[in-house]
Amino acid sequence: MASKAITANRVQDGVTIWVGPDENWVERIADAAVFDDVSAETVLRAVKARGGTGFVVDPYVIEVTTNREGPFPVRYREQIRARGPSVRSDLGLAIDRRPA
Amino acid sequence: MTHLGSESHAGVYRYDDVDRQFVFERVEQFRGQVARRLAGTLSEDEFKPLRLMNGLYHQLHGYMLRIAIPYGVLTSRQMHRLARIARIYDRGYGHFTTRQNLQFNWIKLAEAPDILRELAEVDMHAIQTSGNCVRNVTTDQFAGAAADEVVDPRVYAEIMRQWSTLNPEFSYLPRKFKIAITGSLTDRAAIEVHDVGLRAKRGPDGAVGFEVFVGGGLGRTPFIGKPLRDWLPEADLLAYLDAILRVYNQWGRRDNIYKARIKILVHELGLPALRERVEQEFAQIRGPRYRLDPEIVAAINDHFAAPPFAEAAVSVSGSLDRHPELPAFGHWLETSITAHRQPGYAGVTISLKPIGGIPGDLTADQMDAVADLAARYSFGELRVSHAQNLVLPHVREDALFDLWQALGPIGLATANVGLISDIIACPGLDYCSLANTRSIPLAQQIGARFSGPGEQQNIGDLSIKISGCINACGHHHVGNIGILGVDKHGVETFQITIGGKVGTGAALGAVIGPAVAFDQVATVVENLVAVYLEQRQAGEPFVDTVARIGTRPFSEKVYGIAA
Repeated sequence: MASKAITANRVQDGVTIWVGPDENWVERIADAAVFDDVSAETVLRAVKARGGTGFVVDPYVIEVTTNREGPFPVRYREQIRARGPSVRSDLGLAIDRRPA
Repeated sequence: MTHLGSESHAGVYRYDDVDRQFVFERVEQFRGQVARRLAGTLSEDEFKPLRLMNGLYHQLHGYMLRIAIPYGVLTSRQMHRLARIARIYDRGYGHFTTRQNLQFNWIKLAEAPDILRELAEVDMHAIQTSGNCVRNVTTDQFAGAAADEVVDPRVYAEIMRQWSTLNPEFSYLPRKFKIAITGSLTDRAAIEVHDVGLRAKRGPDGAVGFEVFVGGGLGRTPFIGKPLRDWLPEADLLAYLDAILRVYNQWGRRDNIYKARIKILVHELGLPALRERVEQEFAQIRGPRYRLDPEIVAAINDHFAAPPFAEAAVSVSGSLDRHPELPAFGHWLETSITAHRQPGYAGVTISLKPIGGIPGDLTADQMDAVADLAARYSFGELRVSHAQNLVLPHVREDALFDLWQALGPIGLATANVGLISDIIACPGLDYCSLANTRSIPLAQQIGARFSGPGEQQNIGDLSIKISGCINACGHHHVGNIGILGVDKHGVETFQITIGGKVGTGAALGAVIGPAVAFDQVATVVENLVAVYLEQRQAGEPFVDTVARIGTRPFSEKVYGIAA
């Protein structure tokens, strides 16, 4: 059974986020919580039910593997969401790179 | 160098107070909608159609704002404002698209109203860059400048912009609707791959009229547009467009998003039946109310008056100092210059395809620099081409060397326009939520493969177009070499077509064989080019060689056997 994580984008700024261990949203997939199939769907329903979709856009479940740093997406599409465009490594990670 | 007050002659339509008031009111309306979304009182389902009406998409990395550049025309002031937005609200760059628009990929929803206000201050907006409405009308990037121009298409593009903007009857069409218009002998607007394509021309008495094509389009079901009418008088332009859209609105399919474009209606009804319905509708509505008043045409035409070309200081075409001691300048001249209708002037295409770069991307600093160059050399006017390049439409020939020298240090003097590395590529999986595969890295790899001295020039005219999914935003169907990304069980693979072309006599490419892996694509392109170089006749471009010898020799080279 593949491991799962839950991802979305934050409404306010569009940043890619994942559900963390305490069910708060985190900005690095390495900090994301890992679920099995059943619990991932349960948590996703809970996120939607408690009005989470008011503050995140389009939450959904993804497949992940776990490496030394933590969970990492299986599908390439999700890897790009986690790391940023493959052609702009300077924009990597879902953080605000705007000059201060 | 100054950019203030230097664009009073730029050929743009200037908003009146009513236009401006409307756009500012629209910004404030959206600000209220955003506030309600952020407060949680609007759900995403409720908010989505509202944000899309203002050009705000949700893409792979978050919000993307698509800004309308009407028929691809920009002033220096507007380009400076886009640079400011890129710098302050985005991540320092923007992406010019095949629809002559600009996209910012890292927008914060909370700041979107402020961005739209910044745009409104320079007569810009993002209205109708999404949704099932009439989208930005596109045209020839050399409109008003090309030597072969018969009619200035900007006048009619602007008329159609005014007619289609917030037109309540056409705000909820079965699907989006794209119109392109050309007024030149050479079709640089790809009119035959649009929902409606118009060729403005003149009758025997000099009067303006239009040849009308319908049902062209790419996507998952590509069609070349079909000739609907050979001559449509100027006065009937809007009535006839109304008739087409009414027929489409009534009979276009709404049960299946993949069969909802007008090209499917044309295909299913057949051209004669569609023509009959359009002509019936046209006959009913044709009359004073729908008649395009010549005074309105004249008034809009005044907005596009020619800039004050210098008559005394021009060099004679052909005697231009080509600086033979600098071959790079000669290469740039060969690829970047288009004949101008005014002796002593040239249209200059600025390639946004540096070797190894991202097609269509421009940094904020480059935006500012090119805006300054437009102010200095082109009456404060710029154009965006559907090939994702920029154009300075009116440059004195005796200023070309200075311009080239200024473009080099800002990374914009690549001499590859129309050559194999002038690749159209959609954003692909690096940015787009619909994409199956990456597109941009392929463009980078292919460009690098052909970057040797003189290599591209030896190959000559050859267009490569790459789409990361079947929606075909990279126009792969009409690439001389087309590359379509397909997801096969989670693996990026690429279908290759050859023989496609746009412009007069547009054609769809033919598949050469099974899809290939990501790391094989550049080698496949090398093999296709090798066959061409071996087989071509004198002066024969790639696409003509394909037409003459067929796809088989190419397939045999790529796959080792006949595919």
